[in-house]
Amino acid sequence: MLEQVAVQLLNGLVNGMILALVASGLTLIFGIMDVVNFAHGELYMLGAYVGTTTLAVTGSFWLALVGAAVAIFWLGVAVQIVALRPLLGRDPLTTILATFGVSLVLQNYALWQYGPVARRIPEPVAGHFRLFYLDYPWYRVIVAALAAAVLAALWLFLAHATWGVWIRAVTQDRVMAAAMGIPVPRVHTVVFGLGAAMAGASGCLSGPLVGVDQTLGLGIILRAFIVVVVGGMGNLLGSVLAAVFISLLEALASLWVSPAQAVIVSFVLLIVTLLARPTGLFVPTPK
Amino acid sequence: MTRGRLARGYWTGFGLALAALAVAPLVLPEFWRRFATEILIWGLLAMSSDLLLGYTGIVSFGHSAFFGVGMYGTAMALLRLHPPSLALATAAGLAGAALVAAVVAYFSTRLRDIYFAITTLVFSQIFYVVIFTWTEVTGGENGLAFRLPPLALFGWTHRFTPTTLHWFVLGVVTLSYLVLRRVTQSPFGMVLQSIRENEPRTLAIGYDVKRYKVVAVMLSGLFAGLAGVLYAVQNRFAAPNFVFFDVSANVVIFNVLGGVGTLVGPVLGAAVFFLLREILSRYFTEYYLIPVGLIFTLTVIFLPQGLLGVLRRTLNQ
Repeated sequence: MLEQVAVQLLNGLVNGMILALVASGLTLIFGIMDVVNFAHGELYMLGAYVGTTTLAVTGSFWLALVGAAVAIFWLGVAVQIVALRPLLGRDPLTTILATFGVSLVLQNYALWQYGPVARRIPEPVAGHFRLFYLDYPWYRVIVAALAAAVLAALWLFLAHATWGVWIRAVTQDRVMAAAMGIPVPRVHTVVFGLGAAMAGASGCLSGPLVGVDQTLGLGIILRAFIVVVVGGMGNLLGSVLAAVFISLLEALASLWVSPAQAVIVSFVLLIVTLLARPTGLFVPTPK
Repeated sequence: MTRGRLARGYWTGFGLALAALAVAPLVLPEFWRRFATEILIWGLLAMSSDLLLGYTGIVSFGHSAFFGVGMYGTAMALLRLHPPSLALATAAGLAGAALVAAVVAYFSTRLRDIYFAITTLVFSQIFYVVIFTWTEVTGGENGLAFRLPPLALFGWTHRFTPTTLHWFVLGVVTLSYLVLRRVTQSPFGMVLQSIRENEPRTLAIGYDVKRYKVVAVMLSGLFAGLAGVLYAVQNRFAAPNFVFFDVSANVVIFNVLGGVGTLVGPVLGAAVFFLLREILSRYFTEYYLIPVGLIFTLTVIFLPQGLLGVLRRTLNQ
């Protein structure tokens, strides 16, 4: 029993890190421009598909991972410029609707382009190690480590790079930042691209763990939304913590119930959060 | 234009539309008659959502929950009651939808606009998971199919034919429309619109914004449930894919295409959506949602008032 719990904790951690990558992109985009990106799950799903295509062409998973991140970065930039820039200054409601429209297009584009049959990305690292009663694939551990590395890099970027400082400035006060000469529209576009790239990379990373099909987006976006609310909207660290926390809970719950029902655990957590602390579990109580 | 002339124009249009819809099943071929009936039902669902999206300024991505519970409530009541009674089944569907709406309203209105959308979406998925996995009660993946009993009202019974069913649906939808219209023009509706325009100010004036939102969501859920009841009655089944996100998403599309804040706009939006689907799926087969998604996004950006936006003043006078 204890061993099962340990295995599930490791599984939860791996899933949590993938989810954290997606959710932190979502919360970054929300924090800087008050946009709830409904198409975020679709960017994740397309990242996985770009991964399969690049893998088929180049044969290298790591190239595919970079390819997915770069391609989805530019897709994100294009979406921001075409669909969101004209909406600047309008009701935030319209941005939800616009990104929802984009998600419809992207999801059905994937269905059209790649067909309804799920694709599989083989694990790039084949090794296993002995974990109690089963052979645990090294690849899962590597995924968690890579995701953590990306998040750490993001944190360093926000803390020290010029663009990172600009991003934080725009998050704090858009008008003041513009007055100081920061190119706010370009910062918006780049942030959207960055968030998209993180979703794309995350999709490609999780490709070997789950089948790749066009419904991947809706599943992840729902969980990412829950994470973002539980962690506190626009709160980067809160999102990462909430992602890991929720995934651990779901992993433990699936010891007793089916995975489909384990999702209910995170729903319940969301409801508790809404009741007890609507601003997020992992932030100090606002005065 | 004077108020009187606006009113006369409005009621003339209302009468003409009603007459056209009433004659429709007599002149249309079978496919298009069914099409018209379904659009009325989807239109009612869209109208219920418009109360939130267009009048209160909050977007619900969870209307499939109310619709689905209305559907399942009716189906379950018809399968369990002996003898089956349409009136009791309708009451069961509405009661279920009202209960679900009360729960969703209580939680989702605790947060502001953007979070509201997310919470409603999550709740609709909870109900989807429950309905999909609770096979003994809901039939799981297969759903529930039933035989439609005759309509019995005050000792008078009638067995539905497709045409009379269309009239029945038309009557229910028209009544609902008039009720919803009255609600939006009441002092209550005015407060909702003031929440849409400026929530902090409405709060500052002294209105209990949260309570108004809770009532709005419950009312909206009740009418969405009614649409679910009608859909179950028309198709004689309840299926889990009508509780899924797709339905909620379509409701939002109907609203935006037709024009929010007009009540009839969403009905037109539903008609346009299904017509687009009929036409576009000839060229794009099952990928018709690609052009629909493009049209939708362009509407949000360039025509935020929707198709009937220009008539908004006339329709709300």
